[in-house]
Amino acid sequence: MTSTPVDGEPAARSSRTGRRVPLSWLGVVPFLAYIGLFLLLPTVLVVVQAFADPDGRPTLDNVRALSESYVLTAFWRSIELSFVTALIGAVLGALLAYLLVSGPADGFVRRVATAAAGVLAQFGGVTLAFAFIVSVGNQGLITLLLQNIGIGASGGWLYQMSGLIVVYLYFQIPLMVLVFLPALDGVKPQWREATESLGGNSWAYWRHVAVPLLTPPFLGAFLLLFANAFAAYATAAALISQGGVIIPLQIRAAITSETVLGRENVANALALGMVVVVAVAMALYSWMQRRSARWLR
Amino acid sequence: MAAVTTELTTAPPKNQGARARSALRFRIGRAVLLVLFALFFAVPLLALIEFSTRSNDLTGPRTLEYWRYIGQDPEIRTALRDSVLLALITSVVALALLLPTMVWVRLRLPKLHRVVEFLCLLPLTIPALVLVVGWAPIYLWIAYFTPAQFDSSPVVLAFAYVILVMPYMYRSLDAGLSSIDVRTLAEAARSLGAGWFTVMARVIMPNMLSAVLNAALLSVALVLGEFTVASLLNYDNLQVVMNNVAQISSGVTVALAAASLMFVFVLLFALSFVGRRRPARVIAEEK
Amino acid sequence: MTETDTPVTAEATRAGVEVRLEGLRRQYGAVTALDGLDLTIKPGEFIALLGPSGCGKTTALRLLAGLEDADGGRVMVGDKDVTRLPTNKRDMGMVFQAYSLFPHMTARQNVAFGLRLRKIGETERNRRAGEMLELVGLSAQADRYAHQMSGGQQQRVALARALAIRPTVLLLDEPLSALDAKVRATLRDEIRRVQLEVGITTLFVTHDQEEALAVADRVGVMNAGRLEQLGPPTEVYSRPATPFVAQFVGLSNRIPATVNGSTADVLGAAVPVIPSSVDSGEGFALVRPEAVDLLPVTDGATGPLVGQVIATSFLGAVSRITVDLGPAGLVLAQMPTSQAGGFGSGSVARVTFRPDPVLVVKG
Repeated sequence: MTSTPVDGEPAARSSRTGRRVPLSWLGVVPFLAYIGLFLLLPTVLVVVQAFADPDGRPTLDNVRALSESYVLTAFWRSIELSFVTALIGAVLGALLAYLLVSGPADGFVRRVATAAAGVLAQFGGVTLAFAFIVSVGNQGLITLLLQNIGIGASGGWLYQMSGLIVVYLYFQIPLMVLVFLPALDGVKPQWREATESLGGNSWAYWRHVAVPLLTPPFLGAFLLLFANAFAAYATAAALISQGGVIIPLQIRAAITSETVLGRENVANALALGMVVVVAVAMALYSWMQRRSARWLR
Repeated sequence: MAAVTTELTTAPPKNQGARARSALRFRIGRAVLLVLFALFFAVPLLALIEFSTRSNDLTGPRTLEYWRYIGQDPEIRTALRDSVLLALITSVVALALLLPTMVWVRLRLPKLHRVVEFLCLLPLTIPALVLVVGWAPIYLWIAYFTPAQFDSSPVVLAFAYVILVMPYMYRSLDAGLSSIDVRTLAEAARSLGAGWFTVMARVIMPNMLSAVLNAALLSVALVLGEFTVASLLNYDNLQVVMNNVAQISSGVTVALAAASLMFVFVLLFALSFVGRRRPARVIAEEK
Repeated sequence: MTETDTPVTAEATRAGVEVRLEGLRRQYGAVTALDGLDLTIKPGEFIALLGPSGCGKTTALRLLAGLEDADGGRVMVGDKDVTRLPTNKRDMGMVFQAYSLFPHMTARQNVAFGLRLRKIGETERNRRAGEMLELVGLSAQADRYAHQMSGGQQQRVALARALAIRPTVLLLDEPLSALDAKVRATLRDEIRRVQLEVGITTLFVTHDQEEALAVADRVGVMNAGRLEQLGPPTEVYSRPATPFVAQFVGLSNRIPATVNGSTADVLGAAVPVIPSSVDSGEGFALVRPEAVDLLPVTDGATGPLVGQVIATSFLGAVSRITVDLGPAGLVLAQMPTSQAGGFGSGSVARVTFRPDPVLVVKG
């Protein structure tokens, strides 16, 4: 918080309150104090500790740990997982959103689906992991059904990357629906009719009008989904109880590690690496948002 | 004539023109795809409920034993109580912190609007996992100052959860505030002799009821489903206990998962249907 | 429905084609949008379809455009039956109500889009787009996006875009209704100017009678899926064929009257009658306010046509005066403001009717 008077009429303000900092600023002090203590301080701590050894001396060892091969592998897997689930989630979510907008605007299907998407997009963690374990795990509903009709199915894939991908789609697709529906709603039926009247067929409409128009919001939503998957922890943690397949699980390992002392600050370095990746995705996202806003307003 | 365009997609004309045929094909394809999507989302939920009522695997007899066990196990009961308490405290603290600040900024410090918005939405960009790493040393201090009888009570997680729910609460409250003329309402009340507390409690709040309710329900849903922060800071909230119980009895876990899921579903469905205003978009970090 | 032949005007020699709608029917569930519509648009003619919302005028236009399928009837363009032809093969330029410009293209790209679909080279298409933009007076805005232009400018671009493909028919679907009054009037005249310049057969759909009367060669008034009257604007206005037309187009007084052959007795005054009126007996004469004149009464005379002025409203060049005729109800008279001075509220006036033919309808 700055102590210099805000631009505008500093003279008028100070003559009224008799202070350099207007009294009205007191009203936001509790909020700023709380944010400072529980949001900004922890963030700063992550950065500072990433460059400090357990005794608080500056070091680059933690950051150097990021270049170790198992960390790099985990980072790569995290990015792969996020990319794949964002891509599949964005495509399927866009398809689902299109199916919804092509029906009646206030129909039952659309209302239920939108409400469900709102719930499922933030569904995750232990509950989601169990829901999948009892569906397609070793003793899961689908697995057993398949075995009963003679198809040799097993649930082992669920606890690996392939499993994470399917489980992540469970919240990625609804998130895509939520983010992409407004963009689809912004597409006016007149554009298709205008294309037709100008001599274009359905293909021309998609090729020249719908796809160019929807590409920025689609890419924006894709980046949001990427960041969402990259930051996700609980589902993976509940599904895969040990090891560090992906970065969030590496962080868990570093935090809870009791065998190797002095590893806590590696967690900070890992967290810093995560922030960088997410920040890049979010910066691209807001750039995309501005770009698509130029057309769709 | 707007009805005409929507009519096109819903009711194909009776004659069998090319348009009518392709419209019919499209409707069938649409229905098939929608069913496939519905299956993908419904099967895991149905499997949860199915397994929570079977004593062994799928061939075992029906039983409600696991559901009953939820109410009997002392560990689960404590976690349930703590999580509900945590949800309430988080909602109240976050509201008490945010609502006055947002109103005040609108009335007296419009220049801070962007700053407050940025700060409130910041937790969306910083993964909860990262914040946990930063919270760890702070929670060492908190644990140090906690009276012995409350030691390891997860209720202290409220400090962190307020930050986690802030973006959603901000969006909901911001939508509510935008729909009423806060400045005029406040000036009218002040001119009638009301103090700031009265303005807040008797004038702003009643007009914001649905937005506040919206924000509070969202926070409750979020806190009840939170796992990341609690598990990594070693506090036993509902989700953590659920995960622990899984190592002993999967039946109870599944029943517990189904129960907590139903509760959150009911909460959020109520939110999206009952509340006239649409809930602020939810993108939880809890994955 | 009556169709009156108009004298062949100079415009009829233009290059446009003839368009015939024959017995077009369209049903939406239980609602009949078009109930056997017959309409012939002469080559180069500008026809306005006028009617309240839901009367079927937009459906007629969309059937002509091929955006919807007819349940029955034919659409003929020149000698060709296009009833089964999809929109993109019909070669019709269309201007929509609003928001029809592609938002990711500049004005020039929008106008050139139809040419691009026809695989016309870039230089040629930019040249023609430039010409079209010049035609609608927007050369300076060629590189703007839709949201950088006003509503009126957007509609001009939409017009240029529709004309750029050199269509056989121009379809205008309430192109002015989203604009404010001033822009509306200028753009209306602009559309007519461009249409005359290009000489294209045009169908214009609107719910605004002033618009329809101002620009069209002939106006078709529609109601409940049927064409009530088709004729030149002056005829539709002054000789309404049906009660619906009389009431929908312009303001009308409803005054009790008795028909005797070719004249009607309207409160004692004899007024000529339009042939489509009721044959004989009691009814109501539908009289335009501007066909009502007022004379000052100072000698205390009375009679069924004498009443007290209860309100005057000043509308600029003209004023409207409401006279209370007691049992016959209220009568609205319209006259130049310069003559309205003597009829203030409370004064007494005698109502007279100009000898214009009126429509008499059953009560």
